[in-house]
Amino acid sequence: MVVTELEAADEHGSHHEAQSFWRTYVFSTDHKTIGIQYAVTALLFLFFGFCLMMLMRWQLAFPGRALPLIGRLFGEARMPGGTMLPTFYNELGAMHGTIMVFLGIVPLAVGGFGNFVLPLQIGAPDMSFPRINMASYWFFFLGGVTMLASFFVPGGAAQSGWTSYTPLADIAGSGQTVWILGMVFLITSSLLGAVNFITTTIQLRAKGLTFFRCPFFVWTQFVTAFLLLLAFPPLEAAAVLQFMDRVAGTSFFLPTGLVVSGQALAVSGGGNPLLWQHLFWFLAHPEVYVLILPAMGIVAEIIANNTRKPLFGYRTMVYSLIFLGFMSFIVWAHHMFMTGMGTTMAAFFQTTTMIISIPSVAILTSLVISLWGGSIRFNTPMLFALAFLPMFGIGGLTGLPLGLNITDIPLHDTYYVIGHFHYVVAPGTIFALFAGIYYWYPKATGRSMSETLGKWHFWPSLIFMNGVFMPMFITGMAGMSRRLADGGASYAFTKPVTHYNQWSSFSAWALALAQIPFIINFFWSLKHGAKAEANAWQATTLEWTDAGSPPGHGNFKTIPTVYRGPYEYSVPGAAKDFVPQSERA
Amino acid sequence: MSDMEIPYTVAARPDTGLNNGKIGIWLFLASEVMLFGALFATYILLRVGAAEWPHGAHYLNIPLATLNTIVLISSSVTMVMAWASLKRDDFGKFRLYMASTVLFGAVFLVVKYFEYSAKFHHGYYPRTNTFLAIYFTMTGLHMLHVMGGMAVNAYFWGPGAKLWKTDKEHFTNRVENSGLFWHFVDLVWIFLFPVLYLL
Repeated sequence: MVVTELEAADEHGSHHEAQSFWRTYVFSTDHKTIGIQYAVTALLFLFFGFCLMMLMRWQLAFPGRALPLIGRLFGEARMPGGTMLPTFYNELGAMHGTIMVFLGIVPLAVGGFGNFVLPLQIGAPDMSFPRINMASYWFFFLGGVTMLASFFVPGGAAQSGWTSYTPLADIAGSGQTVWILGMVFLITSSLLGAVNFITTTIQLRAKGLTFFRCPFFVWTQFVTAFLLLLAFPPLEAAAVLQFMDRVAGTSFFLPTGLVVSGQALAVSGGGNPLLWQHLFWFLAHPEVYVLILPAMGIVAEIIANNTRKPLFGYRTMVYSLIFLGFMSFIVWAHHMFMTGMGTTMAAFFQTTTMIISIPSVAILTSLVISLWGGSIRFNTPMLFALAFLPMFGIGGLTGLPLGLNITDIPLHDTYYVIGHFHYVVAPGTIFALFAGIYYWYPKATGRSMSETLGKWHFWPSLIFMNGVFMPMFITGMAGMSRRLADGGASYAFTKPVTHYNQWSSFSAWALALAQIPFIINFFWSLKHGAKAEANAWQATTLEWTDAGSPPGHGNFKTIPTVYRGPYEYSVPGAAKDFVPQSERA
Repeated sequence: MSDMEIPYTVAARPDTGLNNGKIGIWLFLASEVMLFGALFATYILLRVGAAEWPHGAHYLNIPLATLNTIVLISSSVTMVMAWASLKRDDFGKFRLYMASTVLFGAVFLVVKYFEYSAKFHHGYYPRTNTFLAIYFTMTGLHMLHVMGGMAVNAYFWGPGAKLWKTDKEHFTNRVENSGLFWHFVDLVWIFLFPVLYLL
């Protein structure tokens, strides 16, 4: 341990020796390598989760019809004759949610962008605990492998939804136990990451970089880390309790007298199924903000850079962000209006829910007003960032009826909810993440991505994303239930709207094709992209002005000193239209 | 010291007054508070919702738990003494106090072993009722924390102590941090004891 400590110290010396392949690319402690590892792994999981969803969409569009060509590959137990069994649909549904949230978006937004960009933006040579950072990635990787492995246990992967509601999850097949183990790995990973992010932001800011000189992206990662740190442990506790229920035969979530398939369950009873929901949503509501805050950070950076203007209301945005982070801990039960909670409880949670919409609107409005009077550069990152604004806006506004008890009850178990939260995370967060990839790609690789391919990626993605999710508001308001393996085909009253399922499905498959330009661009540009300057976007923040592209080991030749705020664009009287943070006043 | 070393691993950052490790351990403890907080909340919810709730003494052995409380508090005292000995540059005393801390931890586990096996002997299992379920889960998770703390302390008593020769301050900080964790584990027990055994 002592020896490795000294080695670690030496590694971060400015004159370091060449490292082995394994130390450089696999078991690296360099935040940039770890960030790229996180990002690439998360992108693969996003793609995998997307594939699960495309399978589901076949079943929703053409319930009961055999899937041509590939249907038979999934075996007789899951798709006999190529027709999907409802249990397999449930597997796909649960794992789509789990993978997209815990293995796709969060690792990309926090593990990927946070790791790569945050230390560079605050002028730090690395994260404060590089080896813990490496451990964080490998716990994440282990969690991912565990989740994938769960498809191969007897009975298949978890089938109780990504929320794993009890008592259903308590009595589900063994895939659920593997799901719990996978979650424990992922929780450990995010805990290690969160401690690292907060400590790094507090301790390793460069000289002169006060908190209110930090780029908004740094703030979003900082608040996000607090949410991860404090919201995940209750889910870990809940996972332990569910594990006990499943393995040791306890009854934490099993009420007295529970009857399953006509037989009384042989357990002591005395538990409370709603307890799981409370513990789960205590995590999962802050988790919603974990999904969205880094996206807002990315968008803020790109908007300031491409409007060549300071952000409107930077301080308001930061205060809103902190308030939002705090409030996100006391709104969770708005996911539970359907459980028959008392009106006092419901009144409290719908009030806090309405209050939390205020800071979100303040941030979004600031971003929109930031565009005013700017001479906007419409490059690919900016297009994605701009699309984020109305898409997240739709997601947010359609959430208001869900935050109120009385309107939530008819809508909650319908496709309306699916449409709502997907607008927040898919065309919302994922667009912001694409924006971030196009924006920081030159920093990470030294080469720019193709603008032409980027636009071929953006426009079809924008159209088809809306094609997937917009019909869900209609089907949802018509009363089509979610979680049905046949997409509502068995209900007479949904007949007038079931054809929208096909709209969504065809859009989803077209959306997959729209990602091809991105995949080509991502790999082709590695070798053949135009060489990027260190400050490829004429930006003001430290990662562009003081570090090379890609930055060397240790990031900076000398630790920069910061003299000004993060968004000094188009300062009257300045020689150029941007003044780097590290430029002496 | 070259320019690119990670700053404030040992010395405190002037404006925050803390080194990295100290902030890290406090953040970790904050998350631990949330973990055990969720379990205590579970306990309250289950108990409030239960038709009848057994008195802890009906199933549990209060004298043994009292003994364990004393053992853990003593271990916290020796933990502080171990750190204080390093501050006074007395490495020999540190070894002695650290060894006693680990030893007290071991005594705790042995007592807990006898408690658990007595329960199993009487046919009391986690599945028997929700009281025993929460008892085994909370004390079990606490026990894992005790083992974790013992492992770290044993490491600093043994191989980890080599750092003392090269960087006294760094080593002292590490012992302080592992001490903070150990006190937390102690504190959790201070809550568990009355909640599970006495109330």
